[in-house]
Parts: sequence; structure tokens; C-alpha cells
Amino acid sequence: MNNNEHKSLFQRIGSHPLLSPIATLLLLIIISSVVNPSFLRITWFDGHFSGSLIDVLNRAAPLMLVSTGMMLVIAARGLDISVGAVVAITAAVAALITDGTYGATHSGLSTLFIAVAGALITATLCGLWNGLLVVKTGMQPIIATLILMVAGRGIAQLITGGQIITIYYAPYFYIGNGFLFGLPFALIIALLTAIGLYVLLTRTALGLFIRAIGLNPVAAHVAGVRSRMITLSLYMFCGFTAGLAGLVISSNVKSADGNNAGQLMELDAILAVTLGGTALTGGRFTVVGTMIGALIIQTLTSMIYSSGLPPQVNLAVKAVLVFVVMLLQSNEFRNSMRAVLFKSGTST
Amino acid sequence: MNAVSAPITRHWHLDARYVPLLITIALFFTMAIAGSIFFDGFFAPQVFLNLLIDNAFLCVVAVGMTFVILTGGIDLSVGSIIALTTMISASLVQQHHISPFITIPLVLLVGSLFGLMHGFLIQRFRLQPFIVTLAGMFLARGLSYLISTESISIDNSVYRFFAETRIPLGSASLSISAVIALAVVLIGMWLAHATQFGRTVYAIGGDEASAHLMGLPVNQTLIGVYVLSGFCSALAGVIMTFYMLSGYSLHAVGLELDAIAAVVIGGTLLRGGIGYVAGTFFGVLILGIIQTLIVFDGTLSSWWTRIVVGILLLSFCLLQQFLEARRATR
Repeated sequence: MNNNEHKSLFQRIGSHPLLSPIATLLLLIIISSVVNPSFLRITWFDGHFSGSLIDVLNRAAPLMLVSTGMMLVIAARGLDISVGAVVAITAAVAALITDGTYGATHSGLSTLFIAVAGALITATLCGLWNGLLVVKTGMQPIIATLILMVAGRGIAQLITGGQIITIYYAPYFYIGNGFLFGLPFALIIALLTAIGLYVLLTRTALGLFIRAIGLNPVAAHVAGVRSRMITLSLYMFCGFTAGLAGLVISSNVKSADGNNAGQLMELDAILAVTLGGTALTGGRFTVVGTMIGALIIQTLTSMIYSSGLPPQVNLAVKAVLVFVVMLLQSNEFRNSMRAVLFKSGTST
Repeated sequence: MNAVSAPITRHWHLDARYVPLLITIALFFTMAIAGSIFFDGFFAPQVFLNLLIDNAFLCVVAVGMTFVILTGGIDLSVGSIIALTTMISASLVQQHHISPFITIPLVLLVGSLFGLMHGFLIQRFRLQPFIVTLAGMFLARGLSYLISTESISIDNSVYRFFAETRIPLGSASLSISAVIALAVVLIGMWLAHATQFGRTVYAIGGDEASAHLMGLPVNQTLIGVYVLSGFCSALAGVIMTFYMLSGYSLHAVGLELDAIAAVVIGGTLLRGGIGYVAGTFFGVLILGIIQTLIVFDGTLSSWWTRIVVGILLLSFCLLQQFLEARRATR
């Protein structure tokens, strides 16, 4: 093969999976700081860090959480498009518990723990439901989770009685608005989740098992990987992270809106996962890349908001991003591009 | 297996493809009869014609979606393309005073081009249909936001004519949009069952590689179904413009879910290869009658629609899995 050296060069550049997400994020940060010179300035204000960058990190936290769960499901050849609905259900459950509807009182921190536990258990049960449909009936993941996506918002509105529930219980606000060690508490939740996951995936065999399921489910099963059990728990984890995101979002806006909470969240999460370098076909995944992917989306959103462009441009820009990223991930596209480059290289 | 049970199972095998369709039709008539028994004034021709009038755009979108799903794909962009169509129509007719007779063909072309783009990316670069049409969904919605974030109402005489004309049918009446929807269903049935395009669609859904080996025009047909779906979405957008007499970038949010639900409830297999346009038609009618029943009941809130649709979706998916498993074991 003549072009073997070409190929190895290509592969060497391409073999750093985090190269393009980091480059994209840096590029966005540079553009942001040109558009808005105070973007990179971080000050100490009122006992915590403050500034645009901190704001981006804080707002990216729910997406980071959902994306880590989504990444694992995608890595095992699945998909969960119900995360937005799960966010709405979780927010509704938490809001009602802090409301005292389920018998809890307003005094003390016990209500907070009951609300958080209740919400997270509900979210994990949603994930269990999705996982059972996928594993037990063999439905396509997109269809299995479509059911909860359709019914979920109805359930959330059923819980809230169709109203937007305002939360008055002050301790609950800490989850989405509080600061710990000067950093947003929501960000710390997201980082702890990601770090915990990273350790679990790299220090135990779990990461290997998930990769095996994603690359070849049949072979993984034959090799003795308990693929059904693992897949089921991945969906449960995805529900759990959507639940955490639901807590952060509802606490941040101090209300639960069954109809609009977490709207289009599933799409943003899939986008973040893809941008980070996880293969949509399964088997290849990266926790760090996913976190960067979520940051890219939030930086982009903040940049468009602060640049004076109409905020609606956001959707169109995201669309172009998805097109570019998925073309770059497509072998057929890379091959045809390589063919074009190679051909023009020999003809000149 | 003894000799007695063998012919019975073979008979069942022939029927298996029709089972979901028959269940759908039976379900529709059961709901209609139940509604007529429980609610006064439900059993009126106009109530049933309203199912068509109020769901004309859903019906048109769902027919296009049926073809996409028959090939084993999915089109998530339909709702956004409807919104984009209403926006372009309203902006051209109302703000730029361009004739509706130029505007309508133009928006149909835009929808088809969107479909062409999806089909090309999916066929040529082997990208996953859901992610391609997801990006198309973002793009179409984003473009309609770019035209305007405000709702633009239309008072053009041609649009008013299409919106307000009623075709009398005995004591009841139909709108022009409903007639268009019926025509689309009939054309869809013809396309699916009497043309090479339709046969190729079924063949791709059955086994794409075999379809290739049979020398069928797989590539063109794959692109074709997405063009068809884009065209149907744009046509549904035109119908929605008649229905709402306005363009708004938040029209038809989540309509893709309703369309997919209608197709699945109509008995089309999500893996592709098996399904009927007629089933989709009844799927749309079932979604419509659920809403009508909830309106007639008066005490149930609107969100019950979503929950009931979710439960129906679940039951039909489970039924499909059950039938597939039966087929596989024999």
C-alpha cells in the first residue's frame, strides 16, 4: 500500500479521541472572550467564585449529569430518549414532597432528604422500566424509551395537576443555587458523579464489559459477560442521572413545570455525548469527552446569548454542529474525503 | 407437532401480519361504540368527520412516516418542517405579498429538499436515520425561529377560502384539508401496494441486502422515502396553515411523536417490512378519538391523552414483539 504512511499519520492524529472536543471547546472559549472580554474574568464575590465562566459551568451541570448516563446507554448500543420526561417527573415529585403533599413537614432538613431520596428513587424506577422493556422484550431502545417519553410528560402533569408548582422550601434551593468551597454545588454533584463513574469504569472490569457489549452483544454474551444485567443497570443509572438533573433544574428555577422542564434535554444530551467522541454505534466512550461535550454546548449557548445575536440562532447552530460531527464520525464520509484528497494529490 | 395442529399454525402464519391491523380497526370501532353509549351527542356524523378535520395534518404526516418506518428508518424532523412551512408561508404571503399559488409549491419544494438532504446523508454516508433527522429537526426549527419568533396571522383571501370552505356531506360537512388528507391516504395505499416504489420499500424493510441482490433500486428508494416524508410534512404544514391561519415557529412541537405513535398503533412493525397505510389511517383516527372522548368526558384533564397514547404504544409494541417471537420460533 502506497498510502500507508498517509494512513498512519491520519490515524495518529485521529487516535487522540479527546483532541477535537478539546480543540472545539478552546476555540469556543477564545471566541467567547473576544466577543465578551470579561468572559474569562473570575472574581471572588460574596463567599464564592463568580463570573461568566463559573456561570457556564453551573448551567452545564444538569446537561453533564444527563450526558454521563446517556453516554453509558449509548456505549452499550442503546439510547434513552425519555430523559427529558424523567427530568420533568423528578422535578414534580420533589416539588410535591417539599410542598408537604405527601405528609412531610416544612421544618428541618429531613424534608430535604425525603424529597431528594423520593425523587431519585422515582427516577431510577423510570430507568428500570426502560431497561426492562429493552432487556426483557427485546424492543429497539429508541422505541422502548419513546413510550416513557410520550407518557412521561403526561405523568409529570398528572403529578403536578397541570400546574407549575412553585417551591417555597428554602433548603431545597441549595442544590441548584448553593456554593460549596466557592464552587456551584450543582457543578460539584456533576463532577463527583463523573469522577465516581470514571474510577468505576477504569479501575473495575465494568468499562471493559460495557465496551464488549457495545462492540458485539452476542460475542460479549458468549464470552460470559452478564450483558442483560449490565444493560439493565445502565438504563437505571441513566434514569438516576436524569433524576439528579431534575433536582438541580427544579431547585435552580425554584419550581416544577411538568410540561416544559427538561424539554429537548434528550437531544442536547445525545449531542453532548457525540461531540465528546463517543461512538453512536456503541463500544467507544469517554467520560471526560462527554463532560467536555456538555461544556461545548453550554459555552455555545452562552456565547450566542451574550453576543447580541438572536438566541434563536442557537438551534440552527446546533443543527450544523450535529451534521458536521456525524459526518466526521462516518467511515464512508472519511473514506470518500480521503479519496478526494488522494485523487487531487496525485493529479497535481 | 401432530398432524392436526400443523394446518392451524400455517393458517395463523398467514394471518399474523394482519393481526395488529385488525386489532387497530376493532379498537377504533370499540372506542366509537363506547363513546356513543356513554356520551349524548357523540354518535353524530359531524363528530366523526371532525376526527378527520382536526387531524388532517397528522394524517398526512403519518402517511409519509409510514413509508420511512417501513424501510426501517425514522423521521424526527416532521414537526419542525411543519413549523417551518407555516412560517415561510405566513411570511411570504403576509409580509412580502407573494401569491399563495407561488408560495404553496415553494414550501412543498422546501420540505422535499429537506427530505432529500436527510435521505442523501442516510443513504450515502450510512448515518443513523434518527440522528440525521434529529439534526434536521433542529435546523428546521432554528430556521423558522430565524424568520420570526412571533406568530404571524394570515388574512389572505385564498388561505381564508381554503380554511373556511366546507364541503357538505349530508347533514355534516368536511373541510378541504380533510379531503386532501383522504386523498393522501389513498395515494399512499396506491404507492405502497401497486407500484415498484412500494414493493421496493417493503423489500428494503424486509432485508436490505436481499433487496440489493434482487436488483431493486434500493438507493433511490431509500432517498425517495425521506423525500416523500419531507413532502408530506410540508403538505401537512400547508394544511396546518389553513387550519390555524397563522405561521408560528412553535406550531406542531412534538408532532413527530404523535405521527410515530399513529404508525405503530396502525400496526406497522418498527423494524420495517410489515405495515399498512390503511392501518396508519386508523391509528390517526384512534389518536383523534381518544382526544374526543376526553373532551366529551369533561372531567379528565388533557394530559390523560398522553398517558393513554403511551399505554397504547406500549401494548402495541409488546404485541409486535410477541408476534415476532412467535414467527421466529417456528
